[in-house]
Amino acid sequence: MRFLSYLMSGLGLGSVYAIIALGYTMVYGIAKMLNFAHGDIIMIGAYVSFFALTRFGLPVLAAVPAAMAVCTVLGVLIERMAYKPLRQATSLSVLITAIGVSYFLQNAAQILWSSSTKVFPAVISNGALQLGELSISYLTLVTILTCVVVMVCLTLFINHTKTGSAMRACAEDKGAAMLMGINVNRIISLTFAIGSALAAIAAILLCASYPQVFPTLGSMPGIKAFTAAVFGGIGSIPGAFVGGLLLGIIEILSRAYISTQLSDAIVFGVLVVVLLIKPTGILGRKLSEKV
Amino acid sequence: MTKKKNLFQILVDDRHRARTISYTMVIAAYIIVEAMLRSGNLSNLFINLLVPVTCYMVAAIGLNLNVGVSGELNLGQAGFMAIGAFSGICLSGFFADTIPAVPRLMLAILFGALLTALMGFLIGIPVLKLQGDYLAIVTLAFGEIVKNLIMNLYVGFDRTGLKVSFVQQTFTLEEGGRILLNGPMGSTSTQKISTFTAGMILVIIALAIVYNLLYSRHGRAIMAARDNRIAAESVGISVSRTKMLAFVVSASLAGAAGVLYGLNYSTLIVSKFDFNTSILILVYVVLGGLGNINGTLIATVILFLLPEMLRSLQAYRMLIYAVILILIMLITNNQSLRAGLQSLRNRGKKDE
Repeated sequence: MRFLSYLMSGLGLGSVYAIIALGYTMVYGIAKMLNFAHGDIIMIGAYVSFFALTRFGLPVLAAVPAAMAVCTVLGVLIERMAYKPLRQATSLSVLITAIGVSYFLQNAAQILWSSSTKVFPAVISNGALQLGELSISYLTLVTILTCVVVMVCLTLFINHTKTGSAMRACAEDKGAAMLMGINVNRIISLTFAIGSALAAIAAILLCASYPQVFPTLGSMPGIKAFTAAVFGGIGSIPGAFVGGLLLGIIEILSRAYISTQLSDAIVFGVLVVVLLIKPTGILGRKLSEKV
Repeated sequence: MTKKKNLFQILVDDRHRARTISYTMVIAAYIIVEAMLRSGNLSNLFINLLVPVTCYMVAAIGLNLNVGVSGELNLGQAGFMAIGAFSGICLSGFFADTIPAVPRLMLAILFGALLTALMGFLIGIPVLKLQGDYLAIVTLAFGEIVKNLIMNLYVGFDRTGLKVSFVQQTFTLEEGGRILLNGPMGSTSTQKISTFTAGMILVIIALAIVYNLLYSRHGRAIMAARDNRIAAESVGISVSRTKMLAFVVSASLAGAAGVLYGLNYSTLIVSKFDFNTSILILVYVVLGGLGNINGTLIATVILFLLPEMLRSLQAYRMLIYAVILILIMLITNNQSLRAGLQSLRNRGKKDE
């Protein structure tokens, strides 16, 4: 029973990672860039929902769309201003720009809202669902459910709508997609919009379980989720889902059974081992090198 | 063509020009700073930055070999610095009463560099099997693992010898013993033996190592493997061996830099060498120009001092730093600007 309850909280944490990882993986799949500023979008989402809940006294169901809207606008704005001019640049230049954006967001947050930690209000009641001996907190349930809903909606969107197939086409071959009359720039913006909106959802779920808001809040979950995306095979949407869940489970189980202090080393160690066995992640596509 | 060249001609020769400029710059910088130190023209704030800036220079020279020359993105350079720093701190602490400061510093740097080279080799075996972004992620992962492991390391010594434990401090020290590494608290009460002169000498040594490597047969092999892996393999270059060479040298330079850094502070926590530090060094390398050692040196000094020079702007300084970073990237990658510069350069060549 103990094990099952650890597994459930691992799934809960993993669901948050999975939602963040989706943002990384979609942007990588389509824009072929590592968006290091993604973690900081989560931070902005956390602050926006914090103020929506406390200063404006909005209910949770109104705070979520508010945070999503702000993050979406911010994500698209960043893409237009900082990344779009670099479409032809080397991937390292784009990486450094993303790091610059990340510094910018963190320091802007520090100036606007000070570096002191703010306590996030409780958004989901503390109760738990009893299934025999197993008790699952409502928070874990809501987190897992949200992740599943997000995943299903996203899969349906990607596979069964016109825009979704345009996105897949862009991921496959940007030049060919352009020749087919797809507005590639619009698709890339849309990808950033979706990724950022998901980051806002992740922000609220994250703050519901770890109720602290501070300017560097996004960096560690960002790195972990990024690891999850690579773990599952970067660029693959089901990969991000699987990778996120697995990472969450590994983290919670190693904390529970091996060592709290060493959990980070174990998580990253597993990543190294997985990449050595499958160099492109669990569900990643094989890379072929052309002569 | 076969006319014998005098020394001056050799120094200004294209192939050696970068090398000459590097050494001249470093020595000139050393003389100027030393003169200012002697005459007391430097503020305390600036004096405290002298050793760290040389550390970052050495680590960045190493990283440029890895990222610029060998072409493999490394996001874990700070991890190697951490290995160097804490091994150096332990060695220096252990011999604190038996060896005087200068030889102890040399010994610590040598030990740290060799240990990180070994670690670089061991980590390189799995890492260099991967390619591109996946390789970058694994270096990131190793950086985090190293940080996490050192954070759980307890080292102390007394009359009976060195005592090491993991996760928890399980040993007790006899009277007169000292704790060298205290888990998450890092090192405490380290003797500060790093000096600016030592830092500058280390920079010169790093330059000598990297330039000699670059202009050797191995250096050309590394660049060939970067430019076209398959073509390099087809002419008999062992790509994995050349990449490993660049990786190990880069790691050991970071380790040496770490030792110098660690012995410059009486207390040091491991989180100083986190992902952000790796990124910081990478920014120096990319902004300085990939594969360009002089660029790395200049970019490191400017970018390291920039936040300090912006100190009067207080809270806004890192914000401005971030904006400068983004703007540099946008401007240097601007297509029309690049084309303009190129045509200017071509015109200049025609005039010659």
